[in-house]
Amino acid sequence: MKTLKIEELSKNFGSTEVLKKINLEIDEGNFLVLLGPSGCGKSTLLNIIAGLETINEGDVFIDDYNVSKVEPKDRNIAMVFQSYALYPSMNVKENMIFGLKQAKTSKEKIQEQLEKVSKFLQVDQLLERKPSQLSGGQRQRVAIGRALVREPRIFLFDEPLSNLDAKLRVEMRREIKKLHQQLKTTVVYVTHDQTEAMSLGTNIAIMNHGVIQQNDTPEKIYNKPSNTFVADFIGSPSMNLIKGILKVNSGDLLFTVSGSNLEIPIKDYDFKDKSNLNNKEVFFGIRPEHIFFKKFNESDFEINLRADLSEYIGHEQIMTFDYANQEVLAKFPSTIKIDLGKETKLYFDLTQASLFDAQTEERI
Amino acid sequence: MQDSLKSSSYQQLEQKSKYTNMFLRWFLYFILILFASYFIFPLYVMIVTSLKTMEEIRQGTLLSWPSGLNLESWAVAWGGRGYGAGDTFLRPYFWNSIKMVVPAVFFSTFIGAMTGYVLTKWRFKGDQWVFLFLLFGCFIPFQAILLPMARTLGVLGISNSVIGLVLVHTVYGIPFTTLFFRNYYISVPTELVKAARIDGAGFFKIFFKILLPISAPIIVVTVIWQFTQIWNDFLFGSTFSFGEAAPIQVALNNMVLSSTSVKEYNVDMASAIIAGIPTLIVYVLAGKYFIRGLTSGAVKG
Repeated sequence: MKTLKIEELSKNFGSTEVLKKINLEIDEGNFLVLLGPSGCGKSTLLNIIAGLETINEGDVFIDDYNVSKVEPKDRNIAMVFQSYALYPSMNVKENMIFGLKQAKTSKEKIQEQLEKVSKFLQVDQLLERKPSQLSGGQRQRVAIGRALVREPRIFLFDEPLSNLDAKLRVEMRREIKKLHQQLKTTVVYVTHDQTEAMSLGTNIAIMNHGVIQQNDTPEKIYNKPSNTFVADFIGSPSMNLIKGILKVNSGDLLFTVSGSNLEIPIKDYDFKDKSNLNNKEVFFGIRPEHIFFKKFNESDFEINLRADLSEYIGHEQIMTFDYANQEVLAKFPSTIKIDLGKETKLYFDLTQASLFDAQTEERI
Repeated sequence: MQDSLKSSSYQQLEQKSKYTNMFLRWFLYFILILFASYFIFPLYVMIVTSLKTMEEIRQGTLLSWPSGLNLESWAVAWGGRGYGAGDTFLRPYFWNSIKMVVPAVFFSTFIGAMTGYVLTKWRFKGDQWVFLFLLFGCFIPFQAILLPMARTLGVLGISNSVIGLVLVHTVYGIPFTTLFFRNYYISVPTELVKAARIDGAGFFKIFFKILLPISAPIIVVTVIWQFTQIWNDFLFGSTFSFGEAAPIQVALNNMVLSSTSVKEYNVDMASAIIAGIPTLIVYVLAGKYFIRGLTSGAVKG
């Protein structure tokens, strides 16, 4: 039984297709992050799960029960919003128990839930305050508390941290992670922040233009991106994508760039399809953090590239190298001194490399 | 040498700018006092005249101070002289106006709040057209609808009655009240409504429990606006009512224009002030909320 299942879901606003045939499944207790650039449809998908938007095609199942036409309040979900959406005229206590009161829960049960949750979230001292008297972090906690008291099957979070300042955001991120570890409730979490997605999610679904590009564990998303969009979207700076051609030379596979004698041997690469590799146009993908200034692993591939630019950002520096007139970025500790304009010896960790078909932009 | 020269020239400049500032300040006060007296002057004339006897009015000037606190003309304006026919006084018409203005303000404000709520938080296909046509209602010259409205009131059987006037004022208040509430609610985050829907609140519960409690500033603005409009209305009052059902502005007109004998300026002035007092009271009680409501918008959750 899947806690949440979405089948062939499509949604249009007028003539614009916002979601195109989305399929998604979440197991009990998992933390799914919907990640994507703004306008990719992730918030619409969340609103559809909540029942706040109608569906054009497809179905949503919660615990194998089709809830496509069920009212939001009867879906056994709770949602935390970006603007917190605390009711301004009610105090913290009234905010938290509003839903339970609507559901005609008994007074004893309401009191019990309120005490439990407010202690757990450390807002029990704030119960009589109005939302306007709370700090950003406190409001966030109350908003989560309002969701918690209803003991929902699924928690929905709509960019809950983007209204907080940088420091508080990191703090609240840890708290949400702790919360999930303790409660083990199923969560669907929308964000455009890849750090948030990586650190919170047990699964990440990366979306673009209303299509799920890849739905995987954070490790798989990072190490084995399924297409160039995912490769480019995740990581900062993003993955280097060097355009070139695969060549078979006496049984060995080589990555070459036209007009250059640089060659990278491709060994032990986990190809999806090994046929027709000769003369295939590809992107060779390698992350900046997998390019080293000295040999760390036996298999690291040595290459000489000219350093063009150095960006110092405190704990590290981002170097730009020239690879046959294509830019390649690498991330080094800021203590390393590299001369600009000179050939520098670099080491590529080829076990971390990815190859993408240049036409379809899919992983090969 | 050069240093001392420099400092003395700075001192001169400082002196100069001090005098310029002083002059500008006094000039500003002069202009302000001038405009203030321009506005306060008619009120002054009305009050002193209402306190004079006819004898004093004939002998003194417009600005002269009354001999004493003579409230007789106020009593006459409010309650009449006590003799039979032809004696017009304001008391019954004042209550007519109250009976008209209270329900009309209540209904138009309430309906405006509802429509504003629907147009912003329960959007539907074509809602912007509905809003556009409602806005159009703000610009219709009221003279244009007098005849069809008179016919409508006739068919409904409520012409020449306070209820008829309540209906007219409610209907023609809705475009304005809707505009006010729509513009206020559009700045209220829609996420509030979404949160309430997930919590299980329905259409009316969200309106009464979530939105109305945070609408105080705009309710005050709307009430002041509607109260002033309806209380001061003369056109609808004089067209759709006459005789005993007339509101106070119509009665004031009848009283001042229909006196057959000598013009009693003191009584006229007292009547005019009485007719204006309720709007003044509303402004004094709610004025500070009026400014706040006009300038406020975003509700911080």
